[in-house]
Amino acid sequence: MTGWRLLPYGQSAVLVELARPADVLPARNALLAPGHPAVRAVVPAARTVLVLLDPDTPAIAELPSWIERCLSAASAAPTAADRPEPVHLAVRYDGADLESVAQRCGLPVAEVIRRHSEPEYTVQFCGFAPGFGYLSGLDPALRLPRLASPRPAVPAGSVAIAGEFTGVYPRSSPGGWLLLGRTDAVLFDLDRQPPALLRPGTPVRLHPA
Amino acid sequence: MAAMIEVLASGPLATVQDLGRPGLAELGVSRSGAADRAALRLANRLVGNDESAAGVEITLGGLVVRLGTAATVACTGARCPLSGHSGGWNAALSCPAGTVLAFGSPATGLRSYLAVRGGLAVPAVLGSRATDTLSGLGPAVLAPGHRLPLGTATAGPPGTGGDAGDTRDRLPSDVTTLRLAAGPRADWFSLAPLHEAAWQVLPDSDRIGTRLAGPALRARPGFGRRIAELPSEPTLPGAVQVPPDGRPIVLGPDAPVTGGYPVVGVLPAADLDLLAQVRPGAVLRFVSAPIGPRSATAGRPR
Repeated sequence: MTGWRLLPYGQSAVLVELARPADVLPARNALLAPGHPAVRAVVPAARTVLVLLDPDTPAIAELPSWIERCLSAASAAPTAADRPEPVHLAVRYDGADLESVAQRCGLPVAEVIRRHSEPEYTVQFCGFAPGFGYLSGLDPALRLPRLASPRPAVPAGSVAIAGEFTGVYPRSSPGGWLLLGRTDAVLFDLDRQPPALLRPGTPVRLHPA
Repeated sequence: MAAMIEVLASGPLATVQDLGRPGLAELGVSRSGAADRAALRLANRLVGNDESAAGVEITLGGLVVRLGTAATVACTGARCPLSGHSGGWNAALSCPAGTVLAFGSPATGLRSYLAVRGGLAVPAVLGSRATDTLSGLGPAVLAPGHRLPLGTATAGPPGTGGDAGDTRDRLPSDVTTLRLAAGPRADWFSLAPLHEAAWQVLPDSDRIGTRLAGPALRARPGFGRRIAELPSEPTLPGAVQVPPDGRPIVLGPDAPVTGGYPVVGVLPAADLDLLAQVRPGAVLRFVSAPIGPRSATAGRPR
């Protein structure tokens, strides 16, 4: 980790702002690993990690110092985190925005598909809806802003891009990301343990079907 | 007769709520749970339940239920005229089988809670029986004909609930003052209006967020671009977000777990409970609350 700031987040949480997106998951892992009894949850996002604290813990004033020590230790001796087995998703590249993405990127459609399906992505964080993972590792040539006005309904399984991320809509919902294709994989299933296929730190590979 | 209660009418919005699904934010699952957690806890204590048992959250009254069995119940939160039992609010009420409890409109406050001894035993989803109105997790929004089984989530005999008269008398008046602790992006805005203005609660407020009308909050000079480019950050119920129109939104229990609008403040838990009782059209004021752990630190230079 190259640097961070601790920012206030009300009376029982602290927000850690990282210098680089790539520092988010290492910071999350460093804060989770010790299993501090007063830490209720560690929630990663794009550049920040929220540490939720037990408001009744007597030592709450000490926790920012503890957070600093965890991050410093992780910076000094980065551990090779166990990389879980990747999740493989078969993708039919027939999305409504595939052609326009190709045009705006100045690439043939086949090249958009190649560049989108080539990287090994990592789930950096989840949000928007249960099981929606923000996958980092998108080819910079495919970075485009989201739609100015979201679609009222995006089909479940839609594989989409926005900004620096790609992701898969777990269920039909409104959405403003650019649709490249679809997968039949079930992203969130309450009868599965854990229910979310994609969790922070999970590697993901996409395969054109 | 069956150990259940039957919904005869739901009013504007009635849902099953407990203390929600904390700790699943990293899967994208919101906390959900009772909007006024202190009121649900009190109702559960009154009937001798575990504080986390599931009850009914009633919005602006209107709920009518029939008890399928003799049961001990308690009503807390916004005080509704109650027919079907001569007993009062914030107390354990013994009801014979077949009792029909009908909640009128509360004179003040917004949300009321009905706890039944044993708790509501609808199936738990991810460890909670709460209805998340955004994601759809948990039981359906209550409607006439729904039957809610009763469980065994008791912790002891029905009691007084301890401090029954405490925070529940802190229902909102014409102007409700809430404490606000600093959020991570407080220094990006000129926040004087936030603390000086009277903010009116808008009618499109719900369990996802409380929307406020008042003077638009403006970015401090030089921060507009950072606000526009802010990537998604984790959020919590009680966080005060400022969208591009400058009109703050206080996130509620069903809000998404990440958001792209800057958070300028966070309500302490007790004040978030109080906000859950403020009706659309009512007026809020904010005062500064001390920060818990510590204010922003330098950390490592970057």
